[in-house]
Amino acid sequence: MAINKLDGAQALIKCLENEGVEYIFGIPGGVTIPIFDAFVTTGTKIKFILCRHEQAATHMADGYARATGRPAVVLVTSGPGATNTLTGIMTAHMDSVPMIVVSGQVLATMLGKDAFQEADIYGITMPVVKHSYLVHAPNDIPRVVREAFHIATTGRPGPVLIDLPKNVSVGPFTTDLRAEMDLPGYQPRPEAVDKDAVQAIAEALSRATRPVILVGRGAIIADACAAVKALAEKLNAPVVTTLLGKGAFPETHPLSLGMLGMHGTAYANKAVTECDLLLNIGSRFDDRILGIPGQFCRNAVKIHIDIDPSEIGKMIVPDLHCVGDARLVTELLLKQASRLDTADWLKRLNGFKRDFPLQYRRTDGLKVQHVIEEVYALTGGRAVAVTDVGQHQMWSAQFWKVDQRHNWLSSGGAGTMGYGFPAALGAQFGRPKDLVVAFVGDGGFQMTLCELATACVHKLPVKVFIMNNRYLGMVRQWQEMFYDDRRSGVDLEGNPDFAKLAEAYGARGLRLKRAADVRKIITRALAYNDGPCVVDCHVVKEENVFPMVPAGKMLEEMIVTSPGKSREKKQPAAR
Amino acid sequence: MAMQQNGRKDGNTHTLSVTVANKPGVLARIAHVFARRGFNIDSLVVSTSVEGNFSRMTITATGDPAGLGQIIQQVNKLVDVIHCTDHTGEDIVLKELALIKVHVGAEARNEVLQIADHFGAESVDLTETSMMLMATGDSEKVDAMLALLKKFKIIELVRTGKVLMARGELPT
Repeated sequence: MAINKLDGAQALIKCLENEGVEYIFGIPGGVTIPIFDAFVTTGTKIKFILCRHEQAATHMADGYARATGRPAVVLVTSGPGATNTLTGIMTAHMDSVPMIVVSGQVLATMLGKDAFQEADIYGITMPVVKHSYLVHAPNDIPRVVREAFHIATTGRPGPVLIDLPKNVSVGPFTTDLRAEMDLPGYQPRPEAVDKDAVQAIAEALSRATRPVILVGRGAIIADACAAVKALAEKLNAPVVTTLLGKGAFPETHPLSLGMLGMHGTAYANKAVTECDLLLNIGSRFDDRILGIPGQFCRNAVKIHIDIDPSEIGKMIVPDLHCVGDARLVTELLLKQASRLDTADWLKRLNGFKRDFPLQYRRTDGLKVQHVIEEVYALTGGRAVAVTDVGQHQMWSAQFWKVDQRHNWLSSGGAGTMGYGFPAALGAQFGRPKDLVVAFVGDGGFQMTLCELATACVHKLPVKVFIMNNRYLGMVRQWQEMFYDDRRSGVDLEGNPDFAKLAEAYGARGLRLKRAADVRKIITRALAYNDGPCVVDCHVVKEENVFPMVPAGKMLEEMIVTSPGKSREKKQPAAR
Repeated sequence: MAMQQNGRKDGNTHTLSVTVANKPGVLARIAHVFARRGFNIDSLVVSTSVEGNFSRMTITATGDPAGLGQIIQQVNKLVDVIHCTDHTGEDIVLKELALIKVHVGAEARNEVLQIADHFGAESVDLTETSMMLMATGDSEKVDAMLALLKKFKIIELVRTGKVLMARGELPT
């Protein structure tokens, strides 16, 4: 096809091909019909995945991006199609996920005139995108697409919106498909590491006797995992991870203390509380790991390594910092670091591991933790684990050990319920040969379960474990603990029979009701690979997540185990 | 009103110079950063720079210095921002222009002109009942002149907000 015969929509598809796009997730609509037509007329190899809701499409793209490390593309129509992506864009923005959202827009001449399905998506998304474009002419498309991918994937990654008016997609394209970028204000130089800063950090490390390394998602994005492991082993320093940092350092490693923070392990939080040096590699000191920011690690030398200069001093003012790529900085540190005498420190922490282990009882009913541990055991811990948001997410973070980057997907910053199931589908698209398991709650699953159709159409062998306690459990836990057990708006009465529902879509539906059947049912689910399998796990209604650092308290004030059983005594009367 | 906000040296007023790529939406993005952190923009001047593809903004804002440091970082992070610099306390020239319409008849014209003359302001419009003055220079000077003009009725007041430039070889 001669170049001068293309229209804007066809040029868009060609440009996306040039970026190596494999899948596009979305839903068509009036103003995007020209783009969908271009899928056909260009004969592109890009596969369009028709979703059932635009929010789910963005989560699917997010899951694809997190599981592969490659940018993902969403295509939706104007107005409601575009506004439905907002939650997914914000979720990706909070967790630094590379995503390109292409939204159709009404004719440019109709902008601002309340045209049918017009929404100012460029304006609406402004606070939750890394950057955005309203394209004015077909010939701008190659530059815009190239810039969008560059911006989404470099520096600190994030979502980029391209709003494409219909006159641009149907207008004639008369220039070259290759275009130069024009980004004078965006010149990330992650390799420009301040050597003096690294030197100062290395010197501080050499003086530490109780060091802790804290790793976040930045280490995963930068592929700093090998360097972090080498540094931890060279220093003989323990490692704690954030919720999104799981996989940056193998959690089965003897130096791993697991996740820290509000529902982190007791030993991770105790380590952070007692350390004399905290080396943060690629975490943004989220409030869920700090307790009270002013009291966090107050006796320790705090060091912050981050690629985003605006994160330095945002939550915690560090004693030392270095702006740059987590892998490059860690590799430089590795050269200068030497082994520390941490024997006493590790002994003390191992004592905490022994004295304050994660625990629950398998005897009184089916527990979420039990299901997670059994799935972990039966999959050898090698599956890609995806979670939704809530109690099951925290239990998954506690009990599911992640040894590899890209094998743990969870909505952290945004805490978006409804994320888990579509994200798992996206992960399965991106990694068709790998086993993908999703742990979701009965609340969150119902927010995006319409994607059962998408999963069935593409026969995605995702295993979905619905931790069905017929409650919005995390809110119920807070009501019980901090609102004198006044329950309000948390009872999920009216839940469907999830196994039957799955079967209605053409998926496999299983039920798990008794602790004794855990191994049997999970084995059955794992053996089914002809499409999605949904396991409705009837877990106990009122289990609480511990340890817990109550909101507004210091990490030292963590509640390690359930304070007592008094509540359970009055329960029969209440229920 | 603006008279009280401009030019107060309380340590919390900062004057920023922002160079941006001349693209749609860049002003909205910058305004978002200030609004989200609860900072009030006291004055804002935008004009194209010598190189046609860029614009220069001078922003005066009030708020605690730590929060403002964060805002500068976040403005710098915006893709279309070339750089954002806080020039507070630096060797700079900082000026503004004000148009002041005073209710004045023939009997008091001389006194108003005397005040204007003292502050180097000009009369740019004159009617039977009013006079328009144009004052330029430091904000403090404009404030002082306005204080003297208070005894007359000020009908309208427009101030451009401050513009700044670093002195000598220093870049702005």
